[in-house]
Amino acid sequence: MSTKEAAAMVRISPLSAQRAPSREEMAPLLSELVSHLRESRTQLRQEWARRIALTQLLRAMTEEEIFAEATSVYDNYVEALETGTFEALQAYSRNLSERIIPRGVETHEVVGIVLLLRDVLARSLFAKYHEDFTQLNRILDTYEPAANRIANTVAVGFVQERERIILQQQEAIRELSTPVLQVRERLLILPIIGVIDPHRARQLTEQLLRAIRTNRAKVVVIDITGVAAMDANVANHLVQTVEAARLLGATVIVTGLSPEIAQTLVTIGVDLSEMATVGDLQGGIEEAERLLGYKVLPLAELGSQN
Amino acid sequence: MEVPILKQGQYLIASIQSALTDADLSQLREALIAQVGRYRARGVIVDVTALDVMDSFAVRTLRDVTHMARLRGSETVIVGIQPEVAFAMVQLGLTLKGVATALDLEEGLAFLDQRGRDRVERGN
Repeated sequence: MSTKEAAAMVRISPLSAQRAPSREEMAPLLSELVSHLRESRTQLRQEWARRIALTQLLRAMTEEEIFAEATSVYDNYVEALETGTFEALQAYSRNLSERIIPRGVETHEVVGIVLLLRDVLARSLFAKYHEDFTQLNRILDTYEPAANRIANTVAVGFVQERERIILQQQEAIRELSTPVLQVRERLLILPIIGVIDPHRARQLTEQLLRAIRTNRAKVVVIDITGVAAMDANVANHLVQTVEAARLLGATVIVTGLSPEIAQTLVTIGVDLSEMATVGDLQGGIEEAERLLGYKVLPLAELGSQN
Repeated sequence: MEVPILKQGQYLIASIQSALTDADLSQLREALIAQVGRYRARGVIVDVTALDVMDSFAVRTLRDVTHMARLRGSETVIVGIQPEVAFAMVQLGLTLKGVATALDLEEGLAFLDQRGRDRVERGN
């Protein structure tokens, strides 16, 4: 062994004395811990529910519901401690999140109650081992990492469920918000409402191009009355959409540019000279009809012509 | 692969059937410009329905064909650009400015017929 390696070992050794206890060392401590939690189940569970009520968490739920959930969380918690596997707990926290998110339970509440349980259990351990400090330390060595991991699992499960719901809703909004409608033979309208981001702009263009193909459209009216704000990026997306539609042989008319948007576009210097614009949707449709060779007449006038 | 050029009344129709090399494209351009004069064609239709990629050289060649044919008295229309191809072209900034486009062959023919009528109305 070189002196260098020996020196390295010397430096490591004080650290290794503090390393986490191995699984074998922990097993008896763990079973002691678990049996303590099982014995005091009723009392600790009630204490926990009381503390939840005291801190006014989970106000969207009734006392009975809190107690019922507290019982299942408690049992799952102890089981996760005992087995060291978190799958069941993960599944439970997902399931719990699914039930309580629609009722308006907040992230801080869920994290709060799990931390409360952690606190309640730790206090009970202090109470039990306060005479034997060494044993208390060893039990805590076993308890703390597992408890942290459990708190983590539940919080992450909750947040993931939230994110899943948000993604789902975003998708739904996107699908709802880009209808391409045929108003007349070979004439489509595309009303855009809300915010145009790059993702949506892309989807919008793709959908429009497909619709042009299937409906054999010659003219498309894009109405942006419902678009609140526009910057250079969005304007460029719009120009791209118009150009792509033209490549398929369709003429695009953009309608409903608000005064604010018109001012912004001119101020930031976006070149929209290639784009046909008409004030409002009605004007746009009239212009499109003219391009297609239609003329809308009142029936009375039509009669007098014949 | 050589692109067949069909004569249909006053129009020439070049229907591209598979991906083309740059040499094929140049050859197509020369053949079209030559035949516009030979057949006294009033219009040229280039059908690109079969293409699922369009690079900058292809786009430039099509634009050149349009401008050259116009100088020789013929209108050109590109037909059948696929939605995906159109989207990719726009993203790459290849937009075929000043070149007429139509959905498919039928639309292209209708477009050229309309141009012909406009010309008659204008009296030249």
